Amino acid sequence: MGSGERAEFKNPVIGWIDERLPLFTLMQKEYGVFPTPRNFNYFWNFGAIAMFMLVAMIVSGIVLAMHYTADTELAFDSVERIMRDVNSGWLIRYIHMNGASFFFVAVYIHIFRGMYYGSYKKPRELLWILGVLIFLLMMATAFIGYVLPWGQMSLWGATVITNLFSAIPWVGDSIVTLLWGGFSVDNPTLTRFFALHYLLPFVIFAVVFLHVWALHITGSNNPLGIEPKGPQDTLPFHPYYTMKDSFGLVLFVILYALFIFYAPDSLGHPDNYIPADPLVTPPHIVPEWYFLPFYAILRAITFNMNIYFLAGIAGLFTLLVEFVWREKPKMIAAPYALPILVASLFLAALGFIGDQYPTLGIPFTAAEDALVSAKLGGVLAMFGAIVLLLVLPWLDTHPIRSARFRPLFKWSFLLLFVVFVFLGYIGSQPADAAFGPVPLSLLGLLCTGYYYGFFLVILPFLSRFEKGRNLPKSIHEAVLGKGA
Amino acid sequence: MNRAVFSILAIFALFAVVTMPQAVQASEGTVHPAQQSWHFDGFAGTYDRGALQRGYKIYREVCSACHSMKRVHFRNLEALGYDESQIKTIASGYNVIDGPNDEGDMYERPARPSDAFPSPFPNKNAAKFANGGAAPPDLSLITKARHDGPNYVFGLLTGYEEPPHGETLNDGQHWNKYFPGHKLAMAPPLSDDQVAYEDGMPQTVEQYARDVVQFLTWAADPYMEERKRTGLKTLIFLLVLAGVMYAVKRRIWADQH
Ligand code: HEC
Ligand code: HEM
Repeated sequence: MGSGERAEFKNPVIGWIDERLPLFTLMQKEYGVFPTPRNFNYFWNFGAIAMFMLVAMIVSGIVLAMHYTADTELAFDSVERIMRDVNSGWLIRYIHMNGASFFFVAVYIHIFRGMYYGSYKKPRELLWILGVLIFLLMMATAFIGYVLPWGQMSLWGATVITNLFSAIPWVGDSIVTLLWGGFSVDNPTLTRFFALHYLLPFVIFAVVFLHVWALHITGSNNPLGIEPKGPQDTLPFHPYYTMKDSFGLVLFVILYALFIFYAPDSLGHPDNYIPADPLVTPPHIVPEWYFLPFYAILRAITFNMNIYFLAGIAGLFTLLVEFVWREKPKMIAAPYALPILVASLFLAALGFIGDQYPTLGIPFTAAEDALVSAKLGGVLAMFGAIVLLLVLPWLDTHPIRSARFRPLFKWSFLLLFVVFVFLGYIGSQPADAAFGPVPLSLLGLLCTGYYYGFFLVILPFLSRFEKGRNLPKSIHEAVLGKGA
Repeated sequence: MNRAVFSILAIFALFAVVTMPQAVQASEGTVHPAQQSWHFDGFAGTYDRGALQRGYKIYREVCSACHSMKRVHFRNLEALGYDESQIKTIASGYNVIDGPNDEGDMYERPARPSDAFPSPFPNKNAAKFANGGAAPPDLSLITKARHDGPNYVFGLLTGYEEPPHGETLNDGQHWNKYFPGHKLAMAPPLSDDQVAYEDGMPQTVEQYARDVVQFLTWAADPYMEERKRTGLKTLIFLLVLAGVMYAVKRRIWADQH
């Protein structure tokens, strides 16, 4: 179907509208006959599920906003009034509260799916980047939304997280003042957070639109990671995938409903049922579960980075670029690599020891002399973890997409998944907790190391050296060959 | 079962397991309360009206001397099985401040069903002052505002002990097994035969505690029964819908496998 062409409609009203505004032609093209790989598995349901959750959040959120009052004196009471006195208010609020969690469940699975099957690779880089932007916006929206009910965790979570920005050199304090609208998390913070919480979901909606647009330019990836070569490899989106997506969505909603109706508060923190009190700090401040892995990365950096440490890291990074990333020509001859490696490791160790044992008095290792404080290091590590996702298409340049045909990639990715979940566990525990004799902060550092190592070392290395298995000739052949 | 479906189920199972520790994470000096079995537990659990009425009596005659429950209104007592005239009678036993009247003065009047439970102290400072520096928290949401709320409050009310050797208590502090840090500013509020029950239930601290916990759980979560009923209907609908969807999907895909 060419771009200017219109579909034929039997219904005269639809035909009349479509001649003037080809909405129905568009729907027909993008969701009716849209050629879709025939071999999707159920991991391909989560995009539609995420879309459903976004709509559910916006609808329930707007109803909540009709009854909610953004004022520190009234916010908690207004939410309790929704729970007790507004007709079905408890239902709307539980839909919204658990909806945030299930939105993240869907989006996390959607992201892991994309990584496993190499959906971020050429020509889908921009599609992937738009997806990461949606994820970032969602995190901002959910964080801000959690502040609105103005319970203890709202106030103290907001205080801890907004304070992080003060670690940014020069502008940090101004950013924090701007976020707060004053000198602590208080009424101006709450009112601006409410305004932003209303705004951001619609920004997300716009980015989702671009995301879907980009998808419809490149077409979908599929579990084999090879492009469809003709009509025998695809099916029209409707009715095949409309039906499969609807079925998957209903199953997802069943799980969601189990939480709404039978365990509505189990994903939240009980402290958020205590009205916010600036004079009482909760013993243990934890963010919502969907932030925990990133929170653990934030807390993993417990040491200051002084000039030695950073010089060592710079040396190691140079070697990484020269010998892992760059194919040729190399600017550093191989025989120099070993001395540079030894020197870099020595410098990094020196800097680290100097920071950990200030009594040794190694010059330039005092905390005041650190170029990057532990706090700033943690913030950089946390945001860096997401920036890595943005540049993923250029870190993994292996020509094979799907992990099915790349065993080394597959296992290092599955290990990343395990590490990520474990980081979530670490993030949920008090900072000084231990796992047997091993302090959790050390495990957090190791896991963070693997996370970074996966993106910066393993992926570029495998891109160059993993051979991979033979790809099937076409989707059609692979599907029929299996006899499935 | 194909591998993608299996993996997705595994991810959900993992989600359930990983979000659990949030529920059980504990800070220093915390003892997990014993798990009681409650009438409101489980998918079909409901409130026991008799227990709610007895629990309300305990609250009214004991706890309300110190603790407010300002989010609960007399009209809500209908859920406990009282009828309108009984509620009117209960409410009129209290005086509330209203006003200003036409002359601009505040005045006292008997409470009406639409009024919230009156608070024992005019403000937080008064509450603190009267209780040795620790304000008794409002109890409207207490079972939601603590980990494992009902079991915790039951443990708290029945968990007073002699302090272990070497621990000293200041004036007005009491050793409680389940309170985080153990030094609680609330004196043991309950004792045997303190409140008279008309329905022949045992007048013991344990029974009092069981009843008041059920009342407090209702106060924090008054729509629990309606929630579970709606949930059941919703789930039945969704399961049938899923079945139909699956059948239709199979038929549509039949020519493609
Ligand atoms: C004489 C006043 C008084 C009476 C009567 C009283 N309490 Fe308390 N209660 C307090 C005070 C004071 C505190 C605050 C204790 C502290 O923070 O150390 C408290 C705290 C509590 C807490 C919160 C513990 C926590 O985890 O923070 C609960 C629950 C509680 N009371 C329940 C009850 C119940 C149920 C009753 C009735 C059976 C009752 N109280 C009767 C004074 C009282
Ligand atoms: C991207 C979609 C959205 C996400 C992820 C999100 C997330 C959240 C979260 C986590 C909370 C705290 C829930 C709680 O603990 O009570 C919340 C509260 C709230 N949200 Fe949203 N939200 C979204 C969209 C919206 C929209 C579009 C509105 C409409 C204005 C809205 C209005 C509200 C209101 C009024 C509250 C406070 C009431 C309450 O806490 O229950 N939300 N949101």
